[in-house]
Amino acid sequence: MRGRALALYGALGLVFTFLYLPITLMMIFSFNASRLVTVWGGFSTKWYFELVRDEKVLDAAWLSLQVAVMNASIATVLGTLAAVVLVRFGRFSGRTLFTGMVAAPLVMPEIITGLAMLLLFVGMEHTLGWPAGRSMTTIVIAHVTFSMSFVTVVVRSRLGDMDISLEEAAMDLGARPGKVFFAITLPIIAPALLAGWLLAFTLSIDDVVISAFVSGPGATPLPIVIFSKVRLGVSPEINALATVVVVVVGLAMALAGRVILAREKRR
Amino acid sequence: MKRLMERWGRFLVGLPPYAWLTVFFLIPFLTVMKISLSEARMGVPPYLPLVEWAEDGTIALHAGLANFTTLLGDPLYVLAYLNSLRIAAIATTCCLLLGYPAAYAIARAPSAWRQPLLMMVALPFWTSFLIRVYAWIGILKPEGLLNGVLLWLGVIDEPLQIMETDLAVLIGMVYSYLPFMVLPLFANLEKMDLSLLEAAADLGCRPFRAFLAVTLPLSLPGIVAGSMLVFIPAVGEFVIPDLLGGPDTLMIGKVLWAEFFDNRDWPVASAVAVAMLLVLVVPVMVFQPFQKDRGEGAA
Repeated sequence: MRGRALALYGALGLVFTFLYLPITLMMIFSFNASRLVTVWGGFSTKWYFELVRDEKVLDAAWLSLQVAVMNASIATVLGTLAAVVLVRFGRFSGRTLFTGMVAAPLVMPEIITGLAMLLLFVGMEHTLGWPAGRSMTTIVIAHVTFSMSFVTVVVRSRLGDMDISLEEAAMDLGARPGKVFFAITLPIIAPALLAGWLLAFTLSIDDVVISAFVSGPGATPLPIVIFSKVRLGVSPEINALATVVVVVVGLAMALAGRVILAREKRR
Repeated sequence: MKRLMERWGRFLVGLPPYAWLTVFFLIPFLTVMKISLSEARMGVPPYLPLVEWAEDGTIALHAGLANFTTLLGDPLYVLAYLNSLRIAAIATTCCLLLGYPAAYAIARAPSAWRQPLLMMVALPFWTSFLIRVYAWIGILKPEGLLNGVLLWLGVIDEPLQIMETDLAVLIGMVYSYLPFMVLPLFANLEKMDLSLLEAAADLGCRPFRAFLAVTLPLSLPGIVAGSMLVFIPAVGEFVIPDLLGGPDTLMIGKVLWAEFFDNRDWPVASAVAVAMLLVLVVPVMVFQPFQKDRGEGAA
């Protein structure tokens, strides 16, 4: 019995080593004074200072942040509405199509979504004259389209689990559906909304493939900048940049996770 | 009157997501299908319209399966599809072999440990995918860390060529997609009724036999869910083969990218996309019966 438990925890340890070792090594080498990425030349933070001076990286990071916030906010609204439709509306004409359209972006390979979005934008520009070229707008639209489904999944399971008699009680006491939603339903599903928002935010700030199709010379998000740098090879600046991204995102997520867990426990 | 109001309210709630998905998901998707049937040309947009009004009032129809016969006739495309399926299948198997024991260990750990352990599995997913793939370049390349350590230990005499091979792509995929396997498996294993195992033990069943006869069949939905979450994105993957694979790593995502960005052949790129979906629909159909419907529709 002990041997079996030991083997199991051994496997778990192996998986965690596999998951964390590469990132840890990359972080360590971002403090390497040598330009040779795999030879240790002493401790240095110079790559971080070089990073702060890189205009292109800073612009891209700012654009990515704006896109991610807009995307997460729009996707949370649309995704929540879609979840309400799926959980509360029962049968209606067009339900099958709607269910399919909500589920499809979850399993669609990103490269196909990206191609489809670009072809749509080009077609629309040709016939309607909008959107003019590739810009922040096209990136946000494309990101919302693929990330709202993820919000729907998160919110849907929460809505499905909640006690519907609370809504019915409010309704019996004369509250109108809109009032019931904002006074009863929304506070109950709020943690799911927060989780969905964060998920949409990360999906957007991390996306390479879809952004590659729908971004243009004037609007280049951070992952595209990193991707084109990485294609040229490993460099200590990218290690530093990657470390910053990992630490910032990791800390934000750990914090958000704690908040969500704490809320769950209070209930 | 009240019924009318209610219907109107429901319409207002449903309209935004319905309209958004129709305009920005369904229509683009149909556009890809349409363009996959059209002919390439030089110009903007770089394809011929399917139906054209000619000067003399007749209608010219430019639609055909020519792009698809090109795909079937050229071994490059067929090999790329087969190789993508092969690499994705191996990656899925490796994820399952690594992820199952991990998910099992977490599900059977003391309950206070489960959430933190689970968060540790999920945390890499929340950090950048691109950066996690990038981290492997420094490890796998000929003058990288892995070769450095192996040379220093004297295990090998000259650097191993792992970078720019299918093996590197495979490592990158298992690394990136492992959390997608562990999370559904854990959700499934945690819900399992442990008294079934006790019953098996009471009836004289040995632990390993009980695992094969009870736990494994019961966790089948988790295995299928996890495998789909790994397999489907792995088939269409572009970033991993582009960064870790070599010029001769043939995968369909890379081919689509090259057709679109390098050759600017939109019709063929669209045909590659449509064919990729057809290839993916088959495994989804096969495994669909295992996924139970949540049955919310009857509300």
